Amino acid sequence: MTIFINETSKVIVQGMTGSEGTKHTRRMLISGTNIVGGVTPGKGGQVVEIEGHNLPVFNTVAEAMAATGANVSVIFVPPKFAKAAVIDAINAKMPLAVVITEGIPVHDSASFYTYAQSVGTTQIIGPNCPGLISPGKSNVGIIPADITGAGPIGLVSKSGTLTYQMMYELRDIGFSTAVGIGGDPVIGTTHIDCLRAFQDDPNTEAIVMIGEIGGDAEERAAAFISEYVTKPVVGYIAGFTAPEGKTMGHAGAIVSGSSGTAQGKKDALEAAGVKVGQTPSETARLLRAIMGR
Amino acid sequence: MDLFEYQARDIFEKHGVPVLAAAIATTADEAEKAAETIGGKVVVKAQVKVGGRGKAGGVKLAENPKDAREKASAILGMDIKGHTVRTVMIAAAAPIEAEYYLAILLDRSNRTFLVMASVSGGMDIEEVAHTAPEKLAKIPVSAVDGISMSKAKEIVAAAKFPAEVADQVADVLLKLWEVFQSEDATLVEVNPLVKTSDGKIIALDGKVTLDENADFRQPEHQGLVDEAGENPLEAAAKEKGLNYVKLDGEVGIIGNGAGLVMSTLDVVAYAGEKHGGVRPANFLDIGGGASAQIMADGLSIILGDKDVKSVFVNVFGGITACDSVANGIVQALELLGPKATKPIVVRLDGNNVLEGRAILKAAAHPLVEQADTMDGAANRAAELAAK
Repeated sequence: MTIFINETSKVIVQGMTGSEGTKHTRRMLISGTNIVGGVTPGKGGQVVEIEGHNLPVFNTVAEAMAATGANVSVIFVPPKFAKAAVIDAINAKMPLAVVITEGIPVHDSASFYTYAQSVGTTQIIGPNCPGLISPGKSNVGIIPADITGAGPIGLVSKSGTLTYQMMYELRDIGFSTAVGIGGDPVIGTTHIDCLRAFQDDPNTEAIVMIGEIGGDAEERAAAFISEYVTKPVVGYIAGFTAPEGKTMGHAGAIVSGSSGTAQGKKDALEAAGVKVGQTPSETARLLRAIMGR
Repeated sequence: MDLFEYQARDIFEKHGVPVLAAAIATTADEAEKAAETIGGKVVVKAQVKVGGRGKAGGVKLAENPKDAREKASAILGMDIKGHTVRTVMIAAAAPIEAEYYLAILLDRSNRTFLVMASVSGGMDIEEVAHTAPEKLAKIPVSAVDGISMSKAKEIVAAAKFPAEVADQVADVLLKLWEVFQSEDATLVEVNPLVKTSDGKIIALDGKVTLDENADFRQPEHQGLVDEAGENPLEAAAKEKGLNYVKLDGEVGIIGNGAGLVMSTLDVVAYAGEKHGGVRPANFLDIGGGASAQIMADGLSIILGDKDVKSVFVNVFGGITACDSVANGIVQALELLGPKATKPIVVRLDGNNVLEGRAILKAAAHPLVEQADTMDGAANRAAELAAK
């Protein structure tokens, strides 16, 4: 089994007719994702041919869901229009909306997250994330599908390329699902949501959790691990040497005062019994030792 | 982006938040003139984006324009926690009867907005939160509903503002919400919010942080960028659309993806401990599509940093395959020609890694060497920087 997406996931692409949307729709199709259509307001009724698939385009998510039975939406809409796209998905009661778009104003993401919570029927992953992959079953977003295959490790990460790096380090073991939750200050799915799902997934045997400086999500995850997670968890935190007050690439990656430091996060995780690696490769070694592989 | 106090004041004024008359000055002359225009006693305040300027002597009361001139000339050029004072704000002095605190901010933990309010303003609010948390009211604000007049009144009551100022404070809070929302701010803080002896409520000092992701709909924010205070390398990188942060070390870093680059900084710092304490010289994320031009732009920024002794290019080929990254490096070095002078350690992994490594090997550039692992490459780059 997997978390959030599997071989039965029917995926639509919001922004499929844009250049990023088309490029990644092609990559997702090649990796076996069941993409059933796209949404671009004003282009409803068109059919787009990508990788030999004739994909219908709809004006709204609700129309796309009614026609295709889609249960996952992946969003490649530019920042300016991203809020409207997510709200369209929420209004359609789309169960899972994966927001890849980078650079969405935080007022917009705070607003669509709050709205999604009040409606209560849409889980958002992201924004500013690489999406998620259940290798061999479904790939929603931009994670390269050919790094590794299916296996017993669950991975949750704020960072895209560190996700790829860690999948590569552990490519001989494989993953149930790898989830990139994104590095923005406000995100829809947290480390905790993924940890809970991995704990409840019978096919996930061990969990890798990758965090980075900024906020207190890792500290909260540590508290959650103490009370809920019985499976082995190893951690990695990026940004030990980041200076205070400088944003390191992700809008959320900033050490302000005494909060958000890598050391604070590492300490919290270790207090919860999580082994924390100093580098990605050491983190992989820690997991191998625990799994006996 | 953090704003200077005077920029925050101007934004407050634009949205109707009550502020005192003020002007900025970059010379003692200008300070004297500003004080004349404002009239009476004035306060000369250093404009730096760091706390604790009062204790550092960066805020002085001046009795008259001549005095303002002297105070400004003492403050201008002062170094406050590594920030050089280039500008002072000359503001009217107000007879203060009480100091309060009011802030609206993004609450990351709860993924919502938050108002913090206290009748014990003027001091370090983190101190208040720590020593007397009951004096700091924290009230969540929905990102969908915002602050209405009734919500503002509820907050003012919760923070126990005195009855005679409650309506005025509620009105200020409503206007601060307008600042927060319409300017795409992530922090709007007034400390202190004061009650003057004639009973007026005034925002005496303000801090505003703007969300740069919203720049596309906030064209005026471009004018608030502190170009003089920017590091020249950071400014050059920004012009090229590169995500670059200057740091204090010797090993130049280029990588793809913010998380991987942050991790690279750490790995280099650890490796540097074994090589005389060399450290990463910068953060540079060239993003997913590492074309030759982007690689050349990145390399030229890094090689333009005189502190850099070696360079570590750390790329995980995901969407971008390693062979195109390798071609990018080769072409970048051709573009740079004799400007490339520092040794470059390259670590490629991921998509098409064998092809990528073969391209670099065939090019056999004298400055480039390859390493198989991130840790090994970091160690080699640190070693080269220590030489």
